[in-house]
Amino acid sequence: MATEGRLRVKTLVMVCLMVLCANVGDLLLKRGMLEIGAVPLTAAGLAHAFRMTVTNGTLWTGIFFLCGFMLSYMTVLSWADYSYVMPAGAFGYALLTFFAVIFLHEAVSARRWVGVVLICVGVLLVGQTKPRTTDQPSEARA
Amino acid sequence: MIRVIVFLSFLIFGSTGGEIAITRGMKATGEPERLRPRELLRFLRKALCNGWFWAGIPLMALSFYSLLLLLSWAPISFVIPASALSYVVGTFGAKYILGEDVSVARWMGVVLVCAGVALVALG
Repeated sequence: MATEGRLRVKTLVMVCLMVLCANVGDLLLKRGMLEIGAVPLTAAGLAHAFRMTVTNGTLWTGIFFLCGFMLSYMTVLSWADYSYVMPAGAFGYALLTFFAVIFLHEAVSARRWVGVVLICVGVLLVGQTKPRTTDQPSEARA
Repeated sequence: MIRVIVFLSFLIFGSTGGEIAITRGMKATGEPERLRPRELLRFLRKALCNGWFWAGIPLMALSFYSLLLLLSWAPISFVIPASALSYVVGTFGAKYILGEDVSVARWMGVVLVCAGVALVALG
């Protein structure tokens, strides 16, 4: 029982770390691109933006956090079920929108919030369906 | 708006296509027998010799740069929720390319994601 409790705490900590790393990484990518500015869709504009992106420290910090997300995601999936980890991923969309309001001062309308909630529920439904190849024999579906 | 739609498509199809290609490449490579440096190096060399792996890398790079361009043009509270459309593409791919059975719940999820992205895009 104690082992199960420890496993539950360990999974929860890793899932929180995973969501936090993904959101912080995405927010830093946005901040980095704000520093670079809107990229014009011309050959010269894209080439200049490419040079700016590879030398921007904020973007590299964002990439570092996204690597942290990948690492924690793969680690947690090595012992926890995908269907257990998935809801956290869906919840991440709402958390990111919340962070965008708090840290980047983005204006999010009520309509956009409703959209984000629909996306969270939709992703939850899509992800909850277990792949057939990983079904347990005792969980045969109709 | 058109450039946002175009690069959102690059982001979604690039990441989905890249993941499929790299998954195929890694499955063809197999798994390392032991987690020893020499074994891991041999595994890495085998993976790098696989064509699927090299098909996946440019697609993933295209997807990442599309994300950066989108973030330079649009608020993150639009870009990241809209990227959830990859679940819609993934479900259609599973049904019509891989011939998998897709449950009613999953189709309902697809409809909700589409409706949600439409609302997010309206701002």
